[in-house]
Amino acid sequence: MDKFITLTGIAAPLPLVNVDTDMIIPKQFLKTIRRSGLGKALFYEMRYDENGHPNPDFILNREPWTRAEILVAGENFGCGSSREHAPWALKDFGIRCVIAPSFADIFYNNCFKNGILPVVLPEEAVEKLMADAGKGGNARITVDLPNQTVSGPEGEVFRFEIDPFRKHCLLEGLDDIGLTLQKIHHIDTYEERQKGAMPWLWGESAA
Amino acid sequence: MSEPRTLYDKIWDAHVVHEAEDGTCLIYIDRHLVHEVTSPQAFEGLRMAGRSVRRPEKTIAVPDHNVPTDESRLRGIENEESRIQVETLKKNAEEFGIEYYDVNDPRQGIVHIIGPEQGWTLPGSTIVCGDSHTATHGAFGALAHGIGTSEVEHVLATQTLIQKKSKNMLVEVTGSVGPGVTAKDITLAIIGEIGTAGGTGHVIEYAGEAIRALSMEGRMTVCNMAIEGGARAGLIAPDEKTFEYLRGRPHAPKGGMWELAVEQWKRLGSDEGARFDKVVRIAGEKIAPVVTWGTSPEDVVPITGTVPHPEDFAGPKREAVRRALDYMGLEPGTPMQEIEIDTVFIGSCTNGRIEDLRAVAEIVRGRKVKEGVRAMVVPGSGLVRMQAEEEGIADILKEAGFEWRLPGCSMCLAMNPDQLAPGERCASTSNRNFEGRQGRGGRTHLLSPAMAAAAALTGRLTDVRDLM
Repeated sequence: MDKFITLTGIAAPLPLVNVDTDMIIPKQFLKTIRRSGLGKALFYEMRYDENGHPNPDFILNREPWTRAEILVAGENFGCGSSREHAPWALKDFGIRCVIAPSFADIFYNNCFKNGILPVVLPEEAVEKLMADAGKGGNARITVDLPNQTVSGPEGEVFRFEIDPFRKHCLLEGLDDIGLTLQKIHHIDTYEERQKGAMPWLWGESAA
Repeated sequence: MSEPRTLYDKIWDAHVVHEAEDGTCLIYIDRHLVHEVTSPQAFEGLRMAGRSVRRPEKTIAVPDHNVPTDESRLRGIENEESRIQVETLKKNAEEFGIEYYDVNDPRQGIVHIIGPEQGWTLPGSTIVCGDSHTATHGAFGALAHGIGTSEVEHVLATQTLIQKKSKNMLVEVTGSVGPGVTAKDITLAIIGEIGTAGGTGHVIEYAGEAIRALSMEGRMTVCNMAIEGGARAGLIAPDEKTFEYLRGRPHAPKGGMWELAVEQWKRLGSDEGARFDKVVRIAGEKIAPVVTWGTSPEDVVPITGTVPHPEDFAGPKREAVRRALDYMGLEPGTPMQEIEIDTVFIGSCTNGRIEDLRAVAEIVRGRKVKEGVRAMVVPGSGLVRMQAEEEGIADILKEAGFEWRLPGCSMCLAMNPDQLAPGERCASTSNRNFEGRQGRGGRTHLLSPAMAAAAALTGRLTDVRDLM
């Protein structure tokens, strides 16, 4: 997995609440058997018209936000479907960090598996950053994971909370499966114990 | 004596494989369901890393999202991408030794319908699937939730997940509900009350008389939409109804093993005095048949109500309501019952079970679908379809003018050919009314099967109680 340490970049404002994963990437793009190349489908129905032409008003179609690396959005971002295609599409477009007052659980979790940092900040802080993001290219935002801060272009600094284990994995770019396989003996032991305690979960045979 | 524990606490405690100092846990997964859309990248990941599936007997695979629901599928899936995805699932299942239910197997169906049907879903177990509606299985007192594809790969490789414990939330529906009020109305009313983020970070336990009174099918409908209230998992304590439903199912324990299991399952319910971080109580008597007016499942109103004004809302929601009403093509103040519909969709993992189809048949028996309305029924599984045919339900529906389809997810997410055209309005028993969910520009009103049946007959959103 890609590491995430610090990021300074253009932020795109998306002042909508309850942005769902259907909105982030609609179903017709879920028919792929690969993870790559989904950036073109990001926010498809807002970004393109019925004929597939880019909608010139949508933020990610406007300069300089076509190069956005940070997204600032309203509460409950990423609700709905569990599709990991949502973070894959964000990442493929170039977005490495999403800032919002709150996230839906599954999406939040999926971000960490893909080197994307979801940052939760209070409503007022998000509003300020949203306004900064709207100013475009000169208004870069810096996200500093080791220090857990987001700095706006006017010098304001907001501190965010993050689970220490998840932070560690992002900073080091660690692969979850690799980590878990180091604990394989715990899994072996657990399975032996469970075969005794809940034998019906092991095979279907009658006692 | 030990601390009183909730149902969630008990299942969690019984599945902790390892706990790190910071509280990060490795949780054992007893049952894993996979479908064609969120699994190909996970299997590919295993191959790339040279890893195997740790416990292939703990996973089952079924294609459901992409499959066409007309007879054409008996000759193969026409759409190339869909066909490749379904074929990929089959190949992966064969390669890794996973039980697979083929598209044309009579047991095929929506993954969350066939899990319980096959007795794969058991109380006290942990169940995951790369699908947010995995919460459905919580109706059996199983800790069940959706995961992303990276986690699907993690479960395949290790039979575990890395997690931190969620908080406990209790939603109690007291008393009883009136005639015409179903499990769907209860679950939508709860989401209307708590909001789509109300359960974020929590596991919801549904309790109270009105919940206990529900059949297993109804309980599945309630838990299915826990995710629409923000909770990854919903739970209902198992009882005699649960055991009766499971007894004798193909994957359920048999003989002495069954007795042993039931003994333990009876002790799963939350202890007296167990602590919940959040408690919500709703009086069953106050729940009316409901419909949604907007593009979020929390946009709920009684069928006797009207389309709200953006000014009724504060903060960023006001703007969201404006956007939703514009998308839905609705004027504030319009009585819900005056809204005309083009399409009726009955099915999905929320409402594609036998009891749902019975409820529809009850309303439409001897009546006709309004001219100009397209009404389709998509049974949740081949077995549901067969049972409905045996009970004469299929004949009643066909006689009334409904299309009687083959099982799959269908128009709930419109990944297959069943889609709304732009501007088309649909009364739908599914779970999400998001923009574009049922087809670009499509307008979805969520409601119960009985209410969907009523809408099919009148061509507008209708209070089913007037037709009972």
